[in-house]
Formats: sequence, structure tokens, C-alpha cells
Amino acid sequence: MRIAVLSGKGGTGKTLIAVNLASAAKTSAYIDCDVEEPNGHLFFKPEGIEEAEIAIKIPSVSEELCSGCRICVDFCKFNALAYIKGKLKIFDEVCHSCGGCVLFCPEKALSEKDKVIGKVQRGVSDNVAVSTGILNTGEASGVPIIKKLLNNSMIEEETLTLIDCPPGSACIVMESIKEADYCILVAEPTLFGVHNLQMVHELVKLFDKPHGVVLNKCLEGENPAEIFCLEKDIKILGRIAFDNELGTINSNARIAVRENEKYKTMFSSLLQKVTREVHHETVANS
Amino acid sequence: MKIAMPVDDKFMDTSICISFGRTPYFLIYDTDTKEGVFLDNSAVASQGGAGIKAAQTISDNKADALLTPRCGENAADVLKAADIKIYKTQGTSAIDNINAFVDGKLSVLEEIHAGFHKHGEK
Repeated sequence: MRIAVLSGKGGTGKTLIAVNLASAAKTSAYIDCDVEEPNGHLFFKPEGIEEAEIAIKIPSVSEELCSGCRICVDFCKFNALAYIKGKLKIFDEVCHSCGGCVLFCPEKALSEKDKVIGKVQRGVSDNVAVSTGILNTGEASGVPIIKKLLNNSMIEEETLTLIDCPPGSACIVMESIKEADYCILVAEPTLFGVHNLQMVHELVKLFDKPHGVVLNKCLEGENPAEIFCLEKDIKILGRIAFDNELGTINSNARIAVRENEKYKTMFSSLLQKVTREVHHETVANS
Repeated sequence: MKIAMPVDDKFMDTSICISFGRTPYFLIYDTDTKEGVFLDNSAVASQGGAGIKAAQTISDNKADALLTPRCGENAADVLKAADIKIYKTQGTSAIDNINAFVDGKLSVLEEIHAGFHKHGEK
């Protein structure tokens, strides 16, 4: 069972919820897909870390074979190649690794070489198998790292897997939720929060993913995000209060579920509710 | 010698375009014959790497120098390989800049910006 946790902006509580749900389960896997700034590992402090580098393919030219026909230059939609004074120039960081230039070169002068863009770390924190994707600074896209994180054979269907998504609704978020069985949308009780919730809500509807909302940082009085859910008939999975104690535990990079029975009960019941929703959806769709 | 510049329109009274890679047209001016030719910039609607493609166009049209208000690092890289010197424009008139260049009053563009190609790509 794969559960993705997402939100339209950073700082709403994706990691708080993903980390604590994973910790509340008997055994689980936690996958940090926020590869630009992964922070789940700060809470889990996983041990026995194994690392693997992730590389993409970029073109490399053999100058002896290049005839200067410029088919590659004209083909590249991102203009990653230029042909100047009888020499092909390749801009690695502009290349999107489509491989087209290599396929079209009539002289077979182009071949593919690896370029490392980041890494994947795996470790264990008590009951949770922790995977973290890390994209090197300045690289264009974290999608290849997320693909590697989610295509691992270690993740079995029956394992409860929490996918901590990057913020927003761009390509890397789409890649992160693609294989998810269920999406938890985390929202803040502000108008800005509603705007961001709307973005991810449109995304999960587009992907036809069963989903529900967790309202985080709830205060007394009106909650615009809650009103939005009621208007749009979106399932509200739970409400987390604007809670100084929870905030303090979290800001000290500790896991609330492991610190305090009260939070263990709270997140266990949220996990049960989500699990029921997933089973319900599976039954309804089979 | 041939000089190139990004311009907003296809007539000699045109202004210099603030963008090199995404300019609508280039003016290629021959200082010997005093004739100018206007080119459409095919890089204007590129998904990325507009500066690289624009620099390729300048190089293919055998320009010896580029007059531009600014230039990104990838474009500058291509221009350098093509031995095309980059000069910083003054004011907005294309003709004034041509005259200033001929009189040796334009200075070499020192400031190469890091480009806009990585922004917002998440």
C-alpha cells in the first residue's frame, strides 16, 4: 500500500505527517521524494546507510567521426548542442537526456555517457525502512532520482509505504504520486493554504487518485481550507491542532509518535482511517 | 567587418532589444559596405537554450562582433568559441550604437549573467 503525502507549498506539514504515520505503523517504509531538500532523515536518523549514485545519460562526441551535418543541433529542442568552427559543443546542464541526438547521428559520432546528478540513501530507523533521494545542487530535474526511489524491488505491495512528496504540483510531484494508491493532501487554515490545496487537489483529480485532506495547524474559528473541502466535497481525514508541544518536538527533529503516547494515539487513528479509505477504494474499484 | 545586434523591429531606426537570446530579430550590419540585413531569430520560442541557438545564428552569419545590452553564460561560451567579441550597447538606438562601435566608443561586455535557464524548473 503506497500512500503519498503532498501539498501545494512547503511548510504545511507533509514531512510531519509522513514521518509520524510511518512511525505509528508496526512496520513501514518511508520514502523521501523531496529530493531538492529531503529532511525526513533528520527525524529518523537511519542507521546502516547504503548509498547509490544516480546518473543520467548525456551525449558525448567523437570529433573524428563528426561530419558537421548538424542534424543533432537542429533536432535538440533544448538547444543543448552548437556547431562552431568545425566543432560540436555540448551543454551538459541544458540537456534533458532524451537521447535523440545519439539516435539521429548518421555518422554514429555521438554516444551516451553517464552524468551523476545525485544519490539515493537507504537505512533503517527502528520499525521504518528509510529511503532518501538527494539531488545535487544546480541539476535541472529530480525525476530520475524519484524513479529510482519508487522502482525499488524492496518496496513490496503489502508493505505500508509513505511517500513524502516535494511541494507544489510540478513534474517531480507527478512522478512521486504516479504509483500511489492513495494521496493525503495537507492544508493550512489560511486563504493561501486554500490556493495551494486547490492546486494539488486538481492534480490528484487529474491523476484519478483517491484522496483525502488533513487539516494541519487548526485554530479556533473559521478554517478556509475546511470550507473549501466542504464545498468541493473532499474527504477530511483528520484535524491537527496548532499545538505548541507538537511543534516543539517537531522543530527539534524528534518524532512525536515515539516521544508521547498522546501523539501515538493521534497518528495511529489517522493511519487507521487512511488504511480504511484505501481498502474502501480498492473494493469500490475492483 | 560584420557586427550583429538584437533588435526590436526590421528597420534601421529600430531599437536594441533588451534580450539577446529571445530577441525577435537580429540586425547584421557590414561596416565596410554600410549595409544591414535583418534576420528572424528562430530561438525566440525555444523551450530552452535560446541563447545557445541565437549565438549559433550569429556565428553562422559570420559576424565578427556582437553588440548587446546583456548576454548569458552559455551564449557567451558559444560566442567565445566562434571568436566573436561582445560589446555592451549604450542607449537604445541601433544606429547610434553602430556609430559608437565604428568610433571605438563601445566597451567590451564584462558582465555575463548566469542565465535564466534554471529558474523555476522543479
